[in-house]
Amino acid sequence: MISAHLPILQIVVPLLAAPISVFFRRAAIVWYLTLIVSIITLAISITLLAQTLDQGVISYALGNWAAPFGIEYRIDAVNAFVLVIISAIGTIVLPYARVSVANEIEPHNQSLFYTCYLLCFTGLLGMVITGDAFNIFVFLEISSLSTYVLVALGAKQDRRALTASYNYLVMGTIGATFFVIGVGLLYMMTGTLNMADLAQKIPAIGSNRTVVVAFAFIVTGLGLKLAMFPLHLWLPNAYAYAPSAVTVFLAATATKAAAYLLLRFLFTVFGADFPILGPTLTYLLMPLAIIAMFAASTVAIFQVDIKRMLAYSSLGQLGYMVLGISFASVAGLTATIIHLFNHALMKGALFMALGAIVLRLGTASIDSMRGLGRQMPWTMAAFVVGGLSLIGVPLTVGFISKWYLIVAALEAGYWPIAVAIVASSLLAVIYIWRVVEAAYFEEAPEGSNVEEAPLSMLIPTWTLIGANVYFGIDASLTTSVAGQAARILLKVGS
Amino acid sequence: MTISLALMLSLAIPMAGAVLIAFNGKRQNIRESITLVTAVLLFIDVLWILQPFLAGHEMALTLGQVMPGLNIALRIEPLGMMFALIASGLWIVNSIYSIGYMRANNEQNQTRFYVCFAIAIFSAIGIAFAANMFTLFIFYEVLTISTYPLVTHKGNDEARRSGRIYLGLLIGTSIGLQMTAIIWTWLATGTLDFTKGGIINGHVSASVMPILLGLYMFGIGKAALMPFHRWLPAAMVAPTPVSALLHAVAVVKAGVFTVMKVAVYIFGIDTLSKTGASQWLIWVAAFTLVTASVIALTKNNLKARLAYSTISQLAYVTLGAAMATSMGVIGGSMHIAMHAMGKITLFFCAGAIYTAVHKTEISDMDGLGRIMPFTYGAFLIGALSIIGLPPMGGSWSKWYLMMGAADTDQYILIGILMLSSLLNVAYLLPIIGRGFFISNKEFEAQGTGLGSIREAPLFCVIPPMLTAAGCLALFFYADKLYRLLEPMVRP
Repeated sequence: MISAHLPILQIVVPLLAAPISVFFRRAAIVWYLTLIVSIITLAISITLLAQTLDQGVISYALGNWAAPFGIEYRIDAVNAFVLVIISAIGTIVLPYARVSVANEIEPHNQSLFYTCYLLCFTGLLGMVITGDAFNIFVFLEISSLSTYVLVALGAKQDRRALTASYNYLVMGTIGATFFVIGVGLLYMMTGTLNMADLAQKIPAIGSNRTVVVAFAFIVTGLGLKLAMFPLHLWLPNAYAYAPSAVTVFLAATATKAAAYLLLRFLFTVFGADFPILGPTLTYLLMPLAIIAMFAASTVAIFQVDIKRMLAYSSLGQLGYMVLGISFASVAGLTATIIHLFNHALMKGALFMALGAIVLRLGTASIDSMRGLGRQMPWTMAAFVVGGLSLIGVPLTVGFISKWYLIVAALEAGYWPIAVAIVASSLLAVIYIWRVVEAAYFEEAPEGSNVEEAPLSMLIPTWTLIGANVYFGIDASLTTSVAGQAARILLKVGS
Repeated sequence: MTISLALMLSLAIPMAGAVLIAFNGKRQNIRESITLVTAVLLFIDVLWILQPFLAGHEMALTLGQVMPGLNIALRIEPLGMMFALIASGLWIVNSIYSIGYMRANNEQNQTRFYVCFAIAIFSAIGIAFAANMFTLFIFYEVLTISTYPLVTHKGNDEARRSGRIYLGLLIGTSIGLQMTAIIWTWLATGTLDFTKGGIINGHVSASVMPILLGLYMFGIGKAALMPFHRWLPAAMVAPTPVSALLHAVAVVKAGVFTVMKVAVYIFGIDTLSKTGASQWLIWVAAFTLVTASVIALTKNNLKARLAYSTISQLAYVTLGAAMATSMGVIGGSMHIAMHAMGKITLFFCAGAIYTAVHKTEISDMDGLGRIMPFTYGAFLIGALSIIGLPPMGGSWSKWYLMMGAADTDQYILIGILMLSSLLNVAYLLPIIGRGFFISNKEFEAQGTGLGSIREAPLFCVIPPMLTAAGCLALFFYADKLYRLLEPMVRP
């Protein structure tokens, strides 16, 4: 009985928990509530993934209004997988967040933090689960608005969080507006907002200028949310000045949801036969992705603040995901979807380690990390393993991602791009190793007395590190799900 | 059943050793006993694998699947068997030596040292027994990462700089070139299994085969083919036991071992000789061979000279592979064993000298042979083996390489091999000459005759004497090695 309503419960549970949490002003109680809710959400999303792998597409009509008139939640292997990523990261961040939030956010704002967190969580899940284009916009705004608040809460640590948040607000609103304009144009031409329905009607219209304009607006709007180069300007500051727990959560989930939407619109809604899709991928996304891979990684090398460094590294990693999309092949999309998951694991772990450092030192600048290898051995060891994963060393998830991406590039005959992929991944060696050298080869400043991070932070961090290694050794689960998702998107049989 | 167990243990023993050492960091004696016991157990296990292998049993084990079609799997074949025997056998000797050296020099962070060492041996065994290129690549990278803390052991600025070169070159070449080559091979052939006769034939056209071979050969940075050799001299900043086992045996030999595996089991020597894809490699290897020897002549630091000597000797193995003849492959493979035994002796001696009198420059070592006769005796034997004079093991591998060169009708190669042997004489023997024939007031002041002997601690002197004896033994038992390796090239 309940299992038939899981799709809506996925959204309703965290959505209702958010206003309820406002009644409790004690941060500790709200934290427990949030934790329980996120665990339930995780359980639901795992069940949904198992169901879709088993039975194929699940369609859920909200309030029993049949699609295309009512809102439809439509779950297949693609978004079920992304739901699992988001809810898993959302859950594992929470035990970690407790200490970090208590330290980094003003006491009277702490309970509101969890409220916004729940809203953001709901928004991200909603964007991914729904099969209705306008509904996506609604959830996009829910997640964005709450994200602006979450970023701004970093103001206790550094007032620049406010301008970072404001900057993100302006850019994010433009992105969302572009998206909704595109959706509006599509509605004008087709009279429907249901994505499955759109997918059937758009080919019938053929090459129509309004639809092409809609395509441009949607890709640009999603590109902004995705921080696709050169629309990335909001991301480095937002990541750098947000509270540590928020950075972990956003880095591992927010851009992933946007990447999913891009995949969905490009391949399901517009479809591989859409006339300007091919040129857009080959002449726009592919070059931009390659520029992002190099430019962002190069900028990362010169960052003093390690949080900013990892933010730029994320931009480079997003380049890999967009690159995989631009191949428009099963291998390419598989690589992208695997990397969605793998990048969430590695960046989540790295930002967690960094958050523990911020907790103890109050800063994440590379100078303050001198000699930290001895003072915080477990945290730094986690950073090193996460860094190795980012570089793409075998036995870590980063290696699996890189392998699939290179296979996709070579299979498509783009061997110079394969070279570019390995060359850019070597840039990661440089920026990660700066930190390793500072932490292990330099002496700690005189008189510094830094303790190891608390267990409540170390355990989530090492859980993610463990996942980095586990899914690096046995990638059969992730690769088979991603492969299935890619075939669904490209509508090829398995 | 027992075969799978033995294979499993070959990886489990060093790993368990590493964990146990880590947990006993505070208790020095227990920690070092564990190292020794692990080394002995591993050697016994490898001998246990050797018996059924010689009897002709097929030995293979799949450990798990990483991605569809890509397994971590082990399989025993002649070359890997030999490499495992060398690595595990010399680890015992080296452990004894490490204990003497590290204690006598009061080195820091000894627990980390022994842990990383055990992991390095673990990866060397993994490389030796790998059943496919994918497995080999994984262990290859683990070896790079696990030896980084060993190379930078001192933790000073020099160590950090050397560490950068070490990691930069090894990771750069392996991820940049080797991984690309592996993925290319996989896409072209659909398999990465090491197969007799190679897997490339018919899947990659002859015109691009040299490019693929180049990606492999330069991608295997551990083989120190020029211009990717700089990491090896840089790694000499490490404590001497590291230089001895890792940079004379495990790491560099893992490199040339991989070169040989790729030539024989990925390309196949018939394919290579038919298409001529490896012709260019002969000349790159020959260039490396001579140039590195010449550079070695100019080095005054003993370990730096030995490092360049290693680069030159590694090129012999690559040369053997590039010749793509049975004799070349046998000679090159044998040289892995012969050079390992000889070079580890020389490094042991260098470390013993450092421990006893704290000298690192050759010009400061005048007259040292008179007060360290055992060390210098071992050095002499090791040097003769490197040069390739009978009755030392090194003479056989050079013999087969010469025969391989004759088989390819490239007589200029024979000339190069001879020239290189002369260069070996020129950079190794003067060290011994200075030690015995030039007198030195600094050392003579402490007395003459037997009373003046001032050797390093026993733990540092016995290992080089053992390996020197090994160089001699390899001369007389070379036929056993030949018979072990011969199935590799048997049609």
